[in-house]
Amino acid sequence: MVSIEDYGKFETAWCPGCGNFGILKAIKQALVNLGRSPHEVFIASGIGQSSKLPHYLKCNAFNGLHGRSLPPATGAKIANHEMTVLAVTGDGDCYGEGGNHFLHTVRRNPDITMIVHDNQIYGLTKGQASPTSEIGMKTKVQTHGVFNMPLNPLSLAISLDCSFVSRGYAGNISHLSKLIEKAIEHKGLSLVDVLQPCVSFNKLNTFKWYSERVYEMNESGYELNDRVRAFEKSLEWGDKIPLGVFYVNEKPSFEDYLDVLVQGPLYKNTPKTELVEELIDGFI
Amino acid sequence: MNIDLNLKIGGAAGQGLQTTGMALAKTLKKSGFHVFATQYYLSRVRGGHNTFQIRISDSPVFAMTETVDILLALDGESITQHMSELKEGVVVVDSDVIDVKENADSIFHVPMLKIAKDVCGDKIYSNSVSMGAVIGLLCLELSNLEFILKAAFKKKGDGVIQNNIDAARAGYNYVKENYPGGCKFEVSDPGKKEEMMLVNGNEAVGLGALAAGVQFLAAYPMTPSTGVMTYVAANADKFNVVVEQAEDEIAALNMILGASFAGARSMTTTSGGGFSLMTEALGLASITETPAVIFLCQRPGPATGLPTMTEQGDLQFVLNAAQGEFPRCILAPGTPEECFYLTTEAFNIADKYQIPVFVMSDQYLADSLFTCPRFDTSKVLVERHLLSDQELRTKKEEYKRYKLTPLGISPRALPGQEGVLVVADSDEHDEFGHINEDPVNRIKMNDKRMKKLEVLREEMPEAKVYGSSDASISLMGWGSTYGSLAEVVDILNDGGKSVNLVYFTHIHPIPVEPTKKLLAKAKKTVCVENNSTGQFSRLLKVDADINVTEHILRYDGKPFSPEFIIAALKEKGVI
Repeated sequence: MVSIEDYGKFETAWCPGCGNFGILKAIKQALVNLGRSPHEVFIASGIGQSSKLPHYLKCNAFNGLHGRSLPPATGAKIANHEMTVLAVTGDGDCYGEGGNHFLHTVRRNPDITMIVHDNQIYGLTKGQASPTSEIGMKTKVQTHGVFNMPLNPLSLAISLDCSFVSRGYAGNISHLSKLIEKAIEHKGLSLVDVLQPCVSFNKLNTFKWYSERVYEMNESGYELNDRVRAFEKSLEWGDKIPLGVFYVNEKPSFEDYLDVLVQGPLYKNTPKTELVEELIDGFI
Repeated sequence: MNIDLNLKIGGAAGQGLQTTGMALAKTLKKSGFHVFATQYYLSRVRGGHNTFQIRISDSPVFAMTETVDILLALDGESITQHMSELKEGVVVVDSDVIDVKENADSIFHVPMLKIAKDVCGDKIYSNSVSMGAVIGLLCLELSNLEFILKAAFKKKGDGVIQNNIDAARAGYNYVKENYPGGCKFEVSDPGKKEEMMLVNGNEAVGLGALAAGVQFLAAYPMTPSTGVMTYVAANADKFNVVVEQAEDEIAALNMILGASFAGARSMTTTSGGGFSLMTEALGLASITETPAVIFLCQRPGPATGLPTMTEQGDLQFVLNAAQGEFPRCILAPGTPEECFYLTTEAFNIADKYQIPVFVMSDQYLADSLFTCPRFDTSKVLVERHLLSDQELRTKKEEYKRYKLTPLGISPRALPGQEGVLVVADSDEHDEFGHINEDPVNRIKMNDKRMKKLEVLREEMPEAKVYGSSDASISLMGWGSTYGSLAEVVDILNDGGKSVNLVYFTHIHPIPVEPTKKLLAKAKKTVCVENNSTGQFSRLLKVDADINVTEHILRYDGKPFSPEFIIAALKEKGVI
């Protein structure tokens, strides 16, 4: 039996009260509930406060470059598809610096769970606007207030026909951990966009602000594969902010197209180097 | 060298130059000749003026020369541009199709279009008529061309094969009946039937990667590197390789780092512009000590530069790419054989030292066809340097991915192996891989990484010497200039000079003392490079404190010919 203790206890570099703690707790709980041992788990992360997360629990980890959590996660999944692969990233990391990888990883659809700590601000560089910052938010850089249209990660993902699209909230750990469980269990790319208050720099989207607005979706007749409905729901933002699974599209994952993986993980394959002789014959 | 003939095919892109050239190159190789073929093309799919050149000899040839014996002109531009390259040669042209302004004895009209229509009822067979004509002018038997055409059109069915053969025969017969004396050059079949390959540089790198057991290749297509990607992709199913076309070069290198970290032998292929995007991930490969093989096929820059031309302009960039100080290894093949063997070596070095390793080629080597001895796969060793499950089970202490060791190389386990957790970080980290900003730790980790460079330096073989070891003039070169330089050595020594070639395939880190020794006897050292600043001599100066006395540099987008080098040596008063 795997327990929370197996995932260890670490000192962190996060601010007291940070939303990241809730996400960390939810991830650990989800992995324990699914019975995943630390050595079966691989987390790739980018750069940002969010991306330090793999250092704060026991698992295999590749904490790489800013915006680049998805390509190494994809590579690792291809090399060893038996691992549970998570990409832990932030709104700046994933939707800004790594926007292109986000688009194309959705298209590629590897069986990876993306957990985006979406605090609508750049925390590590001390408070500049992020791609999801609200219009009008003033910062030391956006001195006249943000006027670039905020990116809506859920609408974007649904428009790309992402395999699993969901939103959680760092202030509701039990809901979030269930969501992460579902996302990990889903085969294909799963997006968990997590509303995460930044207690140091985002004075607008606070715990209080979110708690007054978020609600768990529980609508009867909402078919999870209804893309148009999901898109409509993803546009809901303001006084009421929905949480939960927005869209599920069961489709083959990237690995399903790789016939070579049927016989086991790629890294364990003994390469058929002897066949090079046949190729050489073709040049004679 | 008793036989030394050059055939140049000129025409616009889309006229079938490559098909005609390849079929002729294969035919001549099958006839027992040593063949060297190279292409000059522009960055466009149709039109422009391109050439495909084939040189044949009874001795090994690795370079192009600048004179032409048979010019097969598929457009008027070919005659205008290349007539002056002919000495005693012949221009084969269909004057019914091309308006030939020049009036010279060397122009020989072959009504290729008419023959194709008369014999096969379709003008598309005129290329085969031209091939037959060329074989006729060389007084060779037609059977080898027939064999090649059969193989080339196998998928298109017997009718198409027969039409091509008939067309070739008609072209051949036309020459026999109409060319004064029946043919132009009597180059009897040299009769050498040893097992030779006809292969280009990119195919040889692809073969090397497959022989080394590559498991994952991610790349973004970019001329002139794409050939390696497509070659591996074409054989991926057979060899159990996963090939992924990444969204950009940033993703490509990051993706192979993820795969390599998780245990798959991985490589990426690119050219300078793409590599510019990879520089960030290059540093990541180094600080995370993740093996990576990067095939970098150079073309002239900066920015988009000359996409289809050649240059050795990226060496200093590759040496210094990415922020900070860290070890890397650079190998530079000069022949297809070296493309093959050095690629396999690159994987072993990457795995052993856990560093990024470059195989640096260029457009000239990538696209040129060479005859060479069959690659010997028994010489290829696949060395992974990984901890086995068994070794991990018997370990006494908790696994440290970055364990400090005397050689700087840490034992490597993989994520997913039971009993270990493997953590890598782009931040400076401790032995476990966790972020650590302590100054003492920083020094230890930096020293650990740099130590690998010095250990590797000891292992790097010294340069090869072509010619006498105590010549008074040493030509020096690296990578693709090998063929032309070796030929220059032969020509000059035949003319009574004392010249050798000190030629580098292992570019960085360079073994210092052995290199100094190799050059100690030369009174003059001349470094020949396809760039404008002498990048390799700068490396020699910085890495080994070696001063080169003369430089011959070319950076017009074209490769060196032996004639070019000899003329430059004369101009500089070296000879």
